[in-house]
Amino acid sequence: MTGTSKNPVADVPRGTTIRGKWNKQTYQIMKKLGSGALGTVYLADSVKGRVALKVGTDSMSITSEVNVLKQLSMVQGTVLGPFFYEIDDWERNGKKFPFYVMEYIDGEPLFTFINRRGKEWIGILMLQLLRDLSVLHREGWVFGDLKPDNLLVEGSPPTMRWLDVGGTTPMGRSVKEFTEFFDRGYWGLGNRVAEPSYDLFSVAMIVLNAGYPKRFDRPKKDSEHYLMNKIEGSQLLREYKPILRKALLGKYNYASEMRQELFALLQGEQINVRKNKNVAGHSRVAARQTRPTVKKKRSGWIETVLLVAFLLFFYTLYLVGHIF
Amino acid sequence: MKKGTLRQILLITDGCSNQGEDPVAMAALAREHGMTVNVIGVLDENERTDGLKEIENIALSGGGIHQLVYAKQLSHTVQMVTRKAMTQTIQGFIHKELQSILGHDKEIEDLPPDKRGQVVEVVDELGETMDLEVLIMIDTSASMQHKLPTVEDALLDLSISLHSRIGENEYALYAFPGKRKQVERLMDWTPILKDIHTIFPKLTTGGITPTGPALKEAIDAYQKKRSKRGLLNDGYIEESSS
Ligand SMILES: Nc1ncnc2c1ncn2[C@@H]1O[C@H](COP(=O)(O)OP(=O)(O)OP(=O)(O)O)[C@@H](O)[C@H]1O
Repeated sequence: MTGTSKNPVADVPRGTTIRGKWNKQTYQIMKKLGSGALGTVYLADSVKGRVALKVGTDSMSITSEVNVLKQLSMVQGTVLGPFFYEIDDWERNGKKFPFYVMEYIDGEPLFTFINRRGKEWIGILMLQLLRDLSVLHREGWVFGDLKPDNLLVEGSPPTMRWLDVGGTTPMGRSVKEFTEFFDRGYWGLGNRVAEPSYDLFSVAMIVLNAGYPKRFDRPKKDSEHYLMNKIEGSQLLREYKPILRKALLGKYNYASEMRQELFALLQGEQINVRKNKNVAGHSRVAARQTRPTVKKKRSGWIETVLLVAFLLFFYTLYLVGHIF
Repeated sequence: MKKGTLRQILLITDGCSNQGEDPVAMAALAREHGMTVNVIGVLDENERTDGLKEIENIALSGGGIHQLVYAKQLSHTVQMVTRKAMTQTIQGFIHKELQSILGHDKEIEDLPPDKRGQVVEVVDELGETMDLEVLIMIDTSASMQHKLPTVEDALLDLSISLHSRIGENEYALYAFPGKRKQVERLMDWTPILKDIHTIFPKLTTGGITPTGPALKEAIDAYQKKRSKRGLLNDGYIEESSS
């Protein structure tokens, strides 16, 4: 194994037909979705419709990912990872390349979605993520390599989906794969034992990443202080501080605890928005006497804000309804 | 059955050896002794190394992994290379086992994909639970001087990863060239890789790079450790059967 070896299946041309050696299913490559350290993912067409197909060179690591996908597919009632279809080998020019086929998730990267739809989505999507994590944890697994790149937002209502479950580790073992910025070991704030608090640290760092899109390096010492200052330094993050702080310091033992507190915080926010509505109402009255033409425009704007606030509020209620 | 122990030599360097035995030969010798030799080449941004071929060849003949990195990515790389090398060694064992069951020149790839899952589970299980001994050999020649703080961070990071495993770990730390000798022991076998900073600043950096002699010393250190343990096992301690 070397760091420089080139992956011979990283550029399979569009239109290529991949036929499984064992199960004899065929897939037609439509386009490349992305390449990772262990293989390349393609969008492909098949009798099942559009699927995502990951092909690699090392059958052990491909198999290892499949083991996790199969486990996740067995979790009842919740969709965790992409749905798993099958694993097979592709023979190409006398060489065998292992591949597996999974559900194609037609989503948008987390931060692209948030930038497009608004920062208020971050809290809501985190509620969703925490709900799914609590299911995963209950099943005895820890996600491990949790980061924005592994999260897609799909469909309507927008739903958070997970990709790349290669880091998913049974509870109590050492986390298989991680990314420094989201790893508590890197920040000197804990070990790499797979337990719920490991994932919750990463959730907090995802929120920090939303406030600091370029990320940042660790300091020489006293990460805790450093991270708290970063939270204080961002308007987006400041309101989440109590929750982020607890997650970063490993104070939550369960995803559901963090979720409840986040929910309460977001709910408080909705109440604030409603209070603001009253204030705005007053100024509208004042405006009516002096500038009747501006009034109309502004009230339309206020209605939109109210509508959005209400929708968010109900959406949050709806989400909570799901877990209890 | 007694659980096995994985033995690794981790060489952290930035270039070519220029003194003593051929390091590639020493790596081959280490392999004969049941150790794997992994090599990490640390570069500065924009730096190139003429030592690449040697780094590659040491790892190749030592049955291990090599990786070139910039100092910034060292932490992530050291723990990753160590873990990967463990997996690779375990896969090697399993491969042999499989061959004795399935017949010669049969590979894991000859199993139907659905059966491979079980093999991977065994590899994961062993990687998590087997004991590990890592002898870390650090090049302290002049050009490495300013990279040593990063090396220290990387080693602490390695210990975080390894201590999160279920299996036991032991480390030993050596530097080459040493103050008076070609190779100097900084830390004898210990289960906790801590307080490295108390040793590191005292290093003086020399101009020579005796990589071969360093590997030779590493083999000796393992031999001594093994014979000590053998003595204990034969004489005083019942072999634990876990
Ligand atoms: N099921 C899927 N549906 C849609 N897109 C996917 C799916 N799986 C992967 N992708 C896309 O393909 C890219 C590569 O995926 P992959 O899991 O190989 O990669 P990675 O996270 O970049 O790396 P690594 O292999 O190192 O973990 C992803 O970034 C994602 O955009």
